Amino acid sequence: MRIVLLLIVLSFSFLTRAQKDTAFSAKNILLPNSSLTYKMILLPAGSFQMGSPDKEAGRKKDEGPAKKISVSSFWIGAFEVTHDQFDLFYKDVTVSQDQMSDAVTRPSAQYVDLSWGMGKSGGYPVNSLQQRTALMFCRWLYQKTGEFYRLPTEAEWEYACRAGTTTTYFFGNDAAQLKNYAWYKDNCKQGYNKVGRLKPNPWGLYDMLGNVGEWVLDQYDENSFTTMTKTKDPVREPTSKQPRLLKGGSYLDEANAVRCAVRLSSKPDWNKRDPQVPKSPWWLTDAPFAGFRIVKPAVAPSKEEIDAFFKKYISN
Amino acid sequence: MSTRRQFVKQGSLLTSGLLAAPFMSRANFFSGSDDVIKVALIGCGGRGTGAAMQALMSGQNVKLVAMADAFRDRLNDCYKSLTADDLSDWTGKPGNLKDRVQVPEENKFTGFDAYKKAIPLADVVILTTPPGFRPIHFQEAIAMGKHVFMEKPVAVDPVGIRKVLEAAALAKQKKLNVVVGLQRHYQYSYRELFNNKKLIGDIVAAQAWWNNDGVWVNKRQYGQTEMEYQMRNWYYFNWLCGDHINEQHIHNIDVVNWFKGSYPVKAQGMGGREVRKGKDHGEIFDHHYVEFQYADGSILNSQCRHIPGTMSKVDELLIGTKGSIRCGQATIQDHAGKTLFAFDRQKENNPYQTEHDELFAAIAKGEYKFADAENGAKSTMTAIMGRMATYSGQVIEWDKALECGLDLSPKVYDWNAEPPVLPDEDGRYTIARPGLTKYF
Repeated sequence: MRIVLLLIVLSFSFLTRAQKDTAFSAKNILLPNSSLTYKMILLPAGSFQMGSPDKEAGRKKDEGPAKKISVSSFWIGAFEVTHDQFDLFYKDVTVSQDQMSDAVTRPSAQYVDLSWGMGKSGGYPVNSLQQRTALMFCRWLYQKTGEFYRLPTEAEWEYACRAGTTTTYFFGNDAAQLKNYAWYKDNCKQGYNKVGRLKPNPWGLYDMLGNVGEWVLDQYDENSFTTMTKTKDPVREPTSKQPRLLKGGSYLDEANAVRCAVRLSSKPDWNKRDPQVPKSPWWLTDAPFAGFRIVKPAVAPSKEEIDAFFKKYISN
Repeated sequence: MSTRRQFVKQGSLLTSGLLAAPFMSRANFFSGSDDVIKVALIGCGGRGTGAAMQALMSGQNVKLVAMADAFRDRLNDCYKSLTADDLSDWTGKPGNLKDRVQVPEENKFTGFDAYKKAIPLADVVILTTPPGFRPIHFQEAIAMGKHVFMEKPVAVDPVGIRKVLEAAALAKQKKLNVVVGLQRHYQYSYRELFNNKKLIGDIVAAQAWWNNDGVWVNKRQYGQTEMEYQMRNWYYFNWLCGDHINEQHIHNIDVVNWFKGSYPVKAQGMGGREVRKGKDHGEIFDHHYVEFQYADGSILNSQCRHIPGTMSKVDELLIGTKGSIRCGQATIQDHAGKTLFAFDRQKENNPYQTEHDELFAAIAKGEYKFADAENGAKSTMTAIMGRMATYSGQVIEWDKALECGLDLSPKVYDWNAEPPVLPDEDGRYTIARPGLTKYF
């Protein structure tokens, strides 16, 4: 199926130390079998200080030592993927629900409602899903559109979140401002909220901090910063199912746990109330805060590279 | 068998799942010479595998010594899961349980009578087959003097309920611990809500929901006998499942019974099949709405639906004279909306694990602490009464339903025997029709 791309070039200006008056391209991708779109913004290649400085309030040991990292140019979703968008895949009856297949498969039905009554249709972020499920959504998009999407690497995610800033939050160090940019424990009213209702970061990305935590591609490792030697486009490839990594904190977290550098390691007990063994490879019964947004490399990989990517990252 | 009314008087003690006075005796708790607690697993599907794993993770010296299932492939899959090299994905702890799974080939039993061979080998039995078999399995386990963990629901018809109630009385006499997998009784948030229920005064009404997209379907395969097909696709046949009001929605109905401290005296309701119209959808409905009435006149409005694309909700709401208990949120509010109690979600447990932790701790100490079977049977009966109401459109009274003799079980358990319901020439089964279906 050919995809229709509406190219909307937005221009907005902001100040960072490095740049002034940059206008990034934005486009709305038309999602398969629907009139729904997903807005993406093209970020230029660049470098940034990844991790947090020793003195940052609330800092955990796994956030450093901070180091200079560079990333290639990529498109990133301006918003977290919503239930409405995800449902195009989840409810696509042309896709098998056989979880052991090598092909694109879609999630089995949820045993109970894992949005826990917080809201679904109308712009609420999809939640309670495993990293693999988010990747399968990307694979489905690729199958339907011929365009390659994936989760951001941890480095890409943090680069996008910081948006040229070097402070605790992308708006500075003052946690009192957080309520204008992020849904977190103090302002969320018992759950996640519709995406894009608060102020975006300087690069036009909404809800990077708070609301739902966002899956990235990397395997979690508390020593990533010391063991990773690559400084350009680093990614820690998975060697086991656990633990994976959520970025940005969530609606459940205190202000000091929704910082740009925060890293949340997934835990087996995020699925503890699944009564079956084997447990669902799709959902999480006890991680209502787990969601995602997607990226698209500016330079598309080859078909072989894409196939190898999905094979490596989506294991049954 | 105690009458329902006698039971209600003692309700709070028994339905809380905890008995006051532990009974101490080690003599008849162990068949081995050491302190190993031997477990037999009867029903090796996904839930059985999960329950076995939880028993092995209970912190006591538990060994799985025997396994039984109607199907060898299900047993094999379960054994493979339990003896995997790395279970950290499921258990949350590194390592595996291989040393706790000691089931030699001769202790793997398959077929309809497999349970009879596995039960004698253990101290504790886990009953996790489809619910249609639960009454006979539970009877056998208690007759053989075993402690029991059994999944809900515990029957599919009133005749099965009576068997479970009889065996429950015998279990009490024999001081055998019985835990039923109505796991909200073992979930900290529910226990805390229950402990604070006085905040809402008398419960005058309740709502319960299990609305979602539905469950798996196992299509008919070439070469299957009718009995094998129904066993593989068991969710859709009442002699095995009892319909989804019984198989799933029992959880929410049971919460209301628990908090009320009693069981409804009658039910009326409506239901049907809107989307379950295929040949592999057997005979069950896809929605039920039941008005259950308790002896004091208060009403439980219960709804369950298995229709994709509709509002999903699995929850319970109890309304009292002074406020309401919102189970899913784990909060108690007054009628002005002010929060009177909120459970700290950071303190939530894994109730599926706690069921086994508490059961096996009691067994290891030689305590008699758990007698869940009677409440399990009566909450199951509540759901069955609801199904009888939606199938018939009649008002169904508790005492009459319990004594009506409805028995859905097959005459003969054999792969070549006729199941109790058979398809017509088109491969379709008779569906209940309100107004035509009658129980009395």
